[in-house]
Amino acid sequence: MADKYQIKDLDLFYGDFQALTDVNLNIEEKQITAFIGPSGCGKSTLLKTLNRMNDLVDGCRITGQVLLDGVDIYDNYDVNLLRKNVGMVFQKPNPFPMSIYDNIAYGPRTHGIRKKALLDDIVEESLRKAAIWDEVKDRLKRNALSVSGGQQQRICIARALAVEPEVLLMDEPTSALDPISTNKIEDLVLDLKKYYTIVIVTHNMQQATRISDATAFFLLGKIIEFDATSNLFSMPKDKRTEDYITGRFG
Amino acid sequence: MKKQKILDRLMGIVFRITATISIASVILILVFIVINSIPALREIGIFQFITGKTWAPTDTPASFGLLPMILGSIYVTAGAILIGVPLGLFTAIFMARFCPPKLYKFLKPLIDLLAGIPSIVYGFFGLVFIVPLVRTVLGGTGNSILTASILLGIMILPTIIGLSEAAIRAVPQSYYEGALSLGATHERAVFTLLLPAAKSGIFASVILGIGRAIGETMAVVMVAGNQARVPTGILNGVRTMTSSIVIEMGYAADLHRGALIASGLVLFVFILILNIAFSLLNTRKGA
Amino acid sequence: MFHSKPKSTFYKAHPLSLLIKILVWASVCITAFVLLFIIAYIFIKGVPHFSLDFFSLKYNSNNVSVLPSIITTIYMILISLLTALPFGIGCAIYLTEYAKESRFVRYIRVTTETLSGIPSIVYGLFGMLFFVTYLKWGFSILAGSLTLAIMILPLIIRSAEEAIIAVDNTYREASYGLGASKLRTIFRIVLPAAISGIFAGVILAIGRIVGESAALIYTAGTVAKIPISGFDSARTLSVHMYALSSEGLNTDKAYATAVVLVALVILINFLANTITKKVGNK
Repeated sequence: MADKYQIKDLDLFYGDFQALTDVNLNIEEKQITAFIGPSGCGKSTLLKTLNRMNDLVDGCRITGQVLLDGVDIYDNYDVNLLRKNVGMVFQKPNPFPMSIYDNIAYGPRTHGIRKKALLDDIVEESLRKAAIWDEVKDRLKRNALSVSGGQQQRICIARALAVEPEVLLMDEPTSALDPISTNKIEDLVLDLKKYYTIVIVTHNMQQATRISDATAFFLLGKIIEFDATSNLFSMPKDKRTEDYITGRFG
Repeated sequence: MKKQKILDRLMGIVFRITATISIASVILILVFIVINSIPALREIGIFQFITGKTWAPTDTPASFGLLPMILGSIYVTAGAILIGVPLGLFTAIFMARFCPPKLYKFLKPLIDLLAGIPSIVYGFFGLVFIVPLVRTVLGGTGNSILTASILLGIMILPTIIGLSEAAIRAVPQSYYEGALSLGATHERAVFTLLLPAAKSGIFASVILGIGRAIGETMAVVMVAGNQARVPTGILNGVRTMTSSIVIEMGYAADLHRGALIASGLVLFVFILILNIAFSLLNTRKGA
Repeated sequence: MFHSKPKSTFYKAHPLSLLIKILVWASVCITAFVLLFIIAYIFIKGVPHFSLDFFSLKYNSNNVSVLPSIITTIYMILISLLTALPFGIGCAIYLTEYAKESRFVRYIRVTTETLSGIPSIVYGLFGMLFFVTYLKWGFSILAGSLTLAIMILPLIIRSAEEAIIAVDNTYREASYGLGASKLRTIFRIVLPAAISGIFAGVILAIGRIVGESAALIYTAGTVAKIPISGFDSARTLSVHMYALSSEGLNTDKAYATAVVLVALVILINFLANTITKKVGNK
């Protein structure tokens, strides 16, 4: 299958601190790729380079290339278009303080869609894709902050899907949720794989084994090992990977 | 040990007594202004006082209609809001979300300074600079609603900027990141998400700005022209309730004096209404 | 190497965002320009009119000396603070160390809010009716100072309360743990720790006193001499400036007085900022 992302010789600095060193990675289309590793290892940082959310951090600079469909997203690329094509779901659910409907419609409206009928369709379709339509269809006008944390996170996923992205980045999307909500989100992610390339950061190794096709293990800003998930967890090639997945550190 | 306990209890009572100072002051202020207004209000009639269009305290018979001054206060305040709120709000947005840190270190103390400059200095500046400017550009005497509005608009800027900036900063960063991750530009995220989320704080800043403008005295006296008649255009001179008190209290006696104190009472009522609006906004924000 | 600033072509795709960005930058430029212009104008017009006799001890219509009004301003600051501080700090101690949320506390908060919103001319009216007329003090420094004392109360109460709240609770616990009484804890531990915060509030209050004029004209009057006793009428710098600029005879001196006032305000703001920063660092 084709590579959606190609990351070449990527170094990333926050001021004087080097957060990522010599990262080379290919992310396959319509697969789920998981980033695992102890906290502070750079996995979230790499995720944020994929839609340039690192631009928000003062003093952040990178060298190397990040190619999306063969085009370098750091070289004169419309960053808003990039983020439209690469959706993101955050660690803590962050619905906007407005109705559920307006949350989902925020993205499409941002990109110029004004027609009510079209917006209605997009909202319904996105909520259906995020497997939450049945739970909220009767209260679309209610404030999005009034629903449970698990529902909020699925609303955020729906909101990301509403701008028709090709890639979905998820930054520990279940770490703030209870086990039942986590299950629902994991099922949803597996389902979404049909349409989207998904990159997920997780500190939960079971989660990585349950849903991902490939896994990258990070330590101190470097990728130690990258392989098909089944390989990486059953026969890790690096001693450090083995230590981590058997629970000896992190 | 026992002595200590008695002293502790005693000082507790002392602190409690000092704590009543605000309550006592407000009551004292209200009582004195109300009591001294009543005779005049009774003689003139409250309705006649508030709706009367002629203020001629030295005529015989004298007439005491506060309407020109009430309208005057409302006009210059409205003008100040029209000028100060857009400018102040956009500046607050800049301070909260666009300003490079180095520039901020320079701008923030500058705006604090703007808040600290005495109103008499603003008034003087208005008198020697804005009045001639308006006279030259637009004609008339230069002492006008417009001049007072411009000056007051400048004077309420720090109030609007300070409170609105704080309100915009208080909006969680996660909203902003969420908007950007959907492909919104920085400007779009700020205007469609952060501003609506900060709106109660922004309204509160506007109410405080109105309070400041309507209560301002010395600066207005010096530039507004102070004619006690209902104005017909923005280049007309105008007198506010505050100016009326300052100008005439020096020589007023009897009924005239009472009428001036009663204007103070009307002003006080305006401010109380604004205060109530302000605290209602604040409690809603807390809920 | 990647630079986080968007390329110049970026805004071509987002014209509305460009417009907003221009508006925001234009607003801040206007604000900054107006402010700098006011200060520069006052200084450029005022500084040349400084002369030695501008600061002479005796005021007359020739020298239009500011010195008497500077001295009056200092008296006014001292008396207002001496009156307002015990009440303001006492009230703040009560609110933070003694009170529980009650109707009484709510009344205190509502009235303090109200005080901070009352226009200075209304304070002036009250001071005239109460101190000048009712207590028969006449136009006097005392009547003016006490009027101002009420006016700065909310500022003192708020800054003292914030400073006391900011004192780390472990200090109090440690003090109580050693068997110290509540009173001793307040005076030996809490207040010393809160002192610089309270001081910042005091400086801001001084700023308000220096700038005030509407509340003073009919309480302290406008006599331009150095006051001998608290019952003498006298004018502060701001009132002096009002008198000069409304008379229209001494516009030069009015400019010079404005320079003194603005310089004072700059100094006061600088002091308040320095203290607040120190508190932040602690």
